[in-house]
Amino acid sequence: MMTPEQLIMTSLALPLLAVGLVFLFGKIPNLRDGCSIVVSVLLFGVTCQLAQLVFNGERPELVIGEMIPGFKIRFLIEPLGMIFALVASGLWILTTIYAIGYMRGHHEKNQTRFFACFAAAIFAALSAAYAANLLTLFVAYEVMTISTYPLVTHNGDEEAKRGGRVYLGILISTSIAFFLFAIVWTGHIAGTLDFVPGGILQQPFAEGKISPAGLAALLALFTFGIGKAALMPFHRWLPAAMVAPTPVSALLHAVAVVKVGVFSILKVVIYVFGIDLIRETNLTGSLSDVGISDWLCYLAAASILLASLVAMTKDNLKARLAYSTISQLAYITLGALLASESSVIGGGMHIVMHAVGKITLFFCAGAIYVGAHKKNISDMRGLGRAMPLTFAAFLVASISIIGLPPGGGSWSKWFLAVGCVESGQAWLMGALMISSLLNIAYLVPIPIRAFMTPKGEEPQKWHEAPMMCVVPLCITAVGSVVLMFFADSIYRVLLQIV
Amino acid sequence: MIEQLIQFLDVVSKSPHLPVLLIAIPLVAAPLLILIGNRKLVQILSLIVAWVVFGISVAMLGRVLATGAFEYQLGGWPSPYGIVYRVDHFNAFVMLFVSALGALVLTYSPPSVAAEIPRSKHYLFYPSYLLCMTGLLGMCVTGDLFNVFVFLEISSLSSYALISLGKTRRAPLASLQYLILGTIGATFFLLGIGLLYQITGTLNMADIAEKLAASDAKRAELVAFAFMTVGLFIKMAVFPLHTWLPNAYTYAPSVVTTFIAATSTKVSVYAFVRMVYTIYTPKFAFETLPLDRAMVVLALIGIFVASIAAIYQTNVKRLLAYSSVAQIGYMLLGIGLATEAGVAAGVVHMFNHAFIKGGLFMVVGCFALRIGSVRLEDWRGAASVMPMTCFAWAVGGLGLIGVPMTAGFVSKWMLLTATMDAGNLTVAMLMLISSLLAVVYVWKVVEAIYFSEPSEKVKAAKEAPLTMLIPTYVVIGATVVFGCWTVYSAEIAQLAAKALLNASGVVQ
Repeated sequence: MMTPEQLIMTSLALPLLAVGLVFLFGKIPNLRDGCSIVVSVLLFGVTCQLAQLVFNGERPELVIGEMIPGFKIRFLIEPLGMIFALVASGLWILTTIYAIGYMRGHHEKNQTRFFACFAAAIFAALSAAYAANLLTLFVAYEVMTISTYPLVTHNGDEEAKRGGRVYLGILISTSIAFFLFAIVWTGHIAGTLDFVPGGILQQPFAEGKISPAGLAALLALFTFGIGKAALMPFHRWLPAAMVAPTPVSALLHAVAVVKVGVFSILKVVIYVFGIDLIRETNLTGSLSDVGISDWLCYLAAASILLASLVAMTKDNLKARLAYSTISQLAYITLGALLASESSVIGGGMHIVMHAVGKITLFFCAGAIYVGAHKKNISDMRGLGRAMPLTFAAFLVASISIIGLPPGGGSWSKWFLAVGCVESGQAWLMGALMISSLLNIAYLVPIPIRAFMTPKGEEPQKWHEAPMMCVVPLCITAVGSVVLMFFADSIYRVLLQIV
Repeated sequence: MIEQLIQFLDVVSKSPHLPVLLIAIPLVAAPLLILIGNRKLVQILSLIVAWVVFGISVAMLGRVLATGAFEYQLGGWPSPYGIVYRVDHFNAFVMLFVSALGALVLTYSPPSVAAEIPRSKHYLFYPSYLLCMTGLLGMCVTGDLFNVFVFLEISSLSSYALISLGKTRRAPLASLQYLILGTIGATFFLLGIGLLYQITGTLNMADIAEKLAASDAKRAELVAFAFMTVGLFIKMAVFPLHTWLPNAYTYAPSVVTTFIAATSTKVSVYAFVRMVYTIYTPKFAFETLPLDRAMVVLALIGIFVASIAAIYQTNVKRLLAYSSVAQIGYMLLGIGLATEAGVAAGVVHMFNHAFIKGGLFMVVGCFALRIGSVRLEDWRGAASVMPMTCFAWAVGGLGLIGVPMTAGFVSKWMLLTATMDAGNLTVAMLMLISSLLAVVYVWKVVEAIYFSEPSEKVKAAKEAPLTMLIPTYVVIGATVVFGCWTVYSAEIAQLAAKALLNASGVVQ
C-alpha cells in the first residue's frame, strides 16, 4: 500500500512514463499503443485510490520543491481537483483506445509524436488538478498549451499552421498578459499564492490593500487570462483548434484543455477570492450597486447564448460541436462567477457531465468521419441506418448536454439554475433556458435526420467505424446516462468545498 | 592514479592563486598559441585552456559560497596601493557563466569555424577568442577601476578582430562600426575614471567608494558618473546606443556571434552594476540623479522598438541581435529598481539570458553550417532534415518567450514580482505585453522550419554534426534545468544582490 504522497507522485509520473515508453517503442506500433493503454489503466487505478482518500476528507499533499526562490511547486488534492482528475484519467483510457482505432483507420502520420504529446497533456491536466498554489497551476496550464500545440498542428498543412497560430496566439497572450499578471498581483497583495478554503484575498481586502474596483479588475484579469475557458471574446482558439485529428478534439477540447480552463476559474473563485467575498462585495459598497462579478456574469450569459446561436449556423459537425463547447463552458464560468453554493456545485458537476457527454459527441463525429468520410451535417441524411450505434450514442449524449433527463446534464443545469436564483439574478435563468432550447435545435436534428432515409433512396447498409472507435463511444454514451444516478455522490463530494 | 588526481584537484582548488590564474592562464596561452601556429594543436590547446578556466571559476564560486568573498593581492601589494582581485558572489556568478559558455562554445566551434573562417586565419581565431574571454573575465574579477578599463579594451579589441573574420565583405565594415562606437564608449569610461582619480587619488574601487562618500566635489562626481554611464551604455547596447550591435552580430562568424552575444554585453552590465552599487551608491544614482526613471523609459522603449524590429527581420542572426537589445532592457529594469529583489532579477536574467541566447545562436550556427545561410526563407521546412536542430530552436525559443519550466520564466517571474512590489503596476503590465512580441518573432521561425515546404537548400542539407549538437543541447538543456531548479542560479543571484545592497548601505 502506498502512502498518499507516493500515490500523487505515481499518478504524476505515470503519464510521463507513458511519454517515455511511447518514444522508446515508436518503431513498434503495437507495443507502443499497448503501453499507452496499460499506463492509462494503471493511472486510473491510482487516481481512484487517491479519490477514496480525498472523498473521505483527507487532503493528500506533495511538495516538489522551490522552483523560484520563495515559490514552491506543491500539490494538494481537494475534492474539485480530484473529480477533475478522475474524469481526465478515466476518459484518457477510452480516448486512447479510440485514438488507436481512429489513427490507424485513417493512416495518420507521426503517430508516435501524437501519443507522446497526448500523454504529456494528461500529465499537465493532472498537475493542474492537484495544484496547491497559483504558480503550480500556471506552470501546468502553460505546459498544457505547449504540449497540445503539436497535436493541434498534427496535419502539418497550411490550415493546421493557421489553426495552430490562433490557438497558441490567443492562449499564450491571454495567459501571459492577464493570467500571469493577475497571479503576481495577487501574490503582491495577499503575500501568498496558496489555494486556501475561504480565499486569500478577504484579509487584504478588509485591510484596505485593494479597492473593490481593484478586486473587480483582478477577477476580470483571471477570467479572461484563463483563455482556456473560452469566454467570449477570447474563444476563437477553440474552433481554430478543430483542425486537429478528432481524438485530440475529443479528449483535449472537450475534456482536458477546456476543462483545465473552467476548473482554474472555479479554483480561483473558491480558493483565491472565496465565494463570500465575491458575493458580498459591491463596486461602490452599497447594496443596490453592481457586484464585482456582475458584468462578467452578463458576459458569460451572453457567451452562452451567442455561442449557441453561432453553433446553429455551422454545417461542419466539428465546428458546431466546438461552438457548443464554448456555450457549455460559459455555463461553468457563469456558475463560478455567480458565487453561490449551488452555482459553484453546479459548475463543478457540469465539468463532469459535459465532459462525458461532449466526448461522446466528438467520438461520434470522428467515427462518422472514419466510417463514412463525412464532415458536414447536411451530408449525413440517412446515415443513421448505416451507423445506428454511433447515431444512437449521439442522441443520448445530446440529451445529456441539453440537460434533459435521463441525461446527467440535467442535474448540473438544475443546480446552475438554482444558483441563479440564490444569487438574486433569477433572470439569468432565462438565458440558461433559452440556451437549452437552442441546444435542442442544433443537436437533436442531427441524429433524427440521420435516421430518416431520403426519398427515393435505398436504406444504407450497416457500415460502422472500426470497433475500437465504436465501443468507446458507446461506453461514454451509457456513462452520460449512468451519471444521472450518481449525481448525488458528486453533489456530496462537492459540498465539501463550499 | 585517480586518487592522486583527486588529491591534486583538491589542492589546486584550495590554492589562493586562483583569481590570478583565471586571467594569467588564457592571457599567456594566447600569444603562445600564435607561436605554435599548428591549426589542430592550437585548437586542442585552446579548448583545454577554456575548460581549465571554467574549472577555476567553479572552484572560486564554491569558495565564495563556502566562506564568503575573498581577495588576491597582485605581487603582494596590499590595497589600495596595489591591484587587488576581489571575488564575491556577484562576480563569481558572472564569471561562472562567462567561462561556462566560453568553454561550451569553443567545444562546439570546430566545424563551424572550418566552414566560416578561412583556413589561414584559424590560428588567429583561437588566440583572439581566448583573449576576448580573458578580457571579459578580467573585467569581472578585478577590484581596480583602471584595470577594468584595461580588460575592457582587451576584450573589445579582440572582439573587433573576431568580428572582422566573417566571410562576407561587410564583416570588416561592421567591425569598424563597432570599433568606432566601442572606442567612444571606452574613452568615455576612461574619462570618468580619470575624473574619479582626480577626486579621490585612488583606483581601488572600494577605496574610491569610501573617499567619494567623504568628498564634496559634487560636480566632478556627477560628470565622472555621466561619462562612465554613457560609455558603458554603449558597450551594453542600451537603446538608443545599440546601433553597432545588429551589424556586428549579423556579419561576424556564427561562433563569434554566439560567444559575444552570450557574454559580452552582460559583462558590461556587470561593470555598470558595480559602478552604481559599489563605487557610487544607488542613492546617488537614483535619487540625486533620476537615472532610474531614465533607465525605465529607455529600457521600455528599447524593449518595444527592438522587439518590433526583430519581428520584421528575415535574417535570423539579425532577428536574434535585435532580441538581445530588447533583453538588455529587462536587465536594466531590474537593476534600476534598486531593491534586493529587483537587482536579483536583473542579475539572474544576465545568467539565464546568456544560456538562452547562447543556445539559440548555437542553433543558428548549426543551420548556417548545413544550409549555408541564415536567411529565414532558406530555412523553410528544415524540420524534415534537421529535426534535432529544429527542436533545439523550439526549446530555446520557449525560453526566450519565458514559458514556465524554462530559465526565461524564472527571470520574468522575479522581475515581475520585484516591479510589482516596488509598486509599479504599469511597468509590470508593459513588461508582460512586450514579452508577447517575443512570441511573434520566435514563432515566425518555428512556423517556417516546421510548416513549410522544404527550400532548395534544405533539400540538400542534412542534420548538424554531433560535435555541434551535443554542446548545443547542453546549453539548451541548461535553460530547462535552470527553469525548474534555481539553487545555483536565482539563489546565488539573490545572495549577490543582498551583498551588493548591503555594501552600498541600502537598508531593506
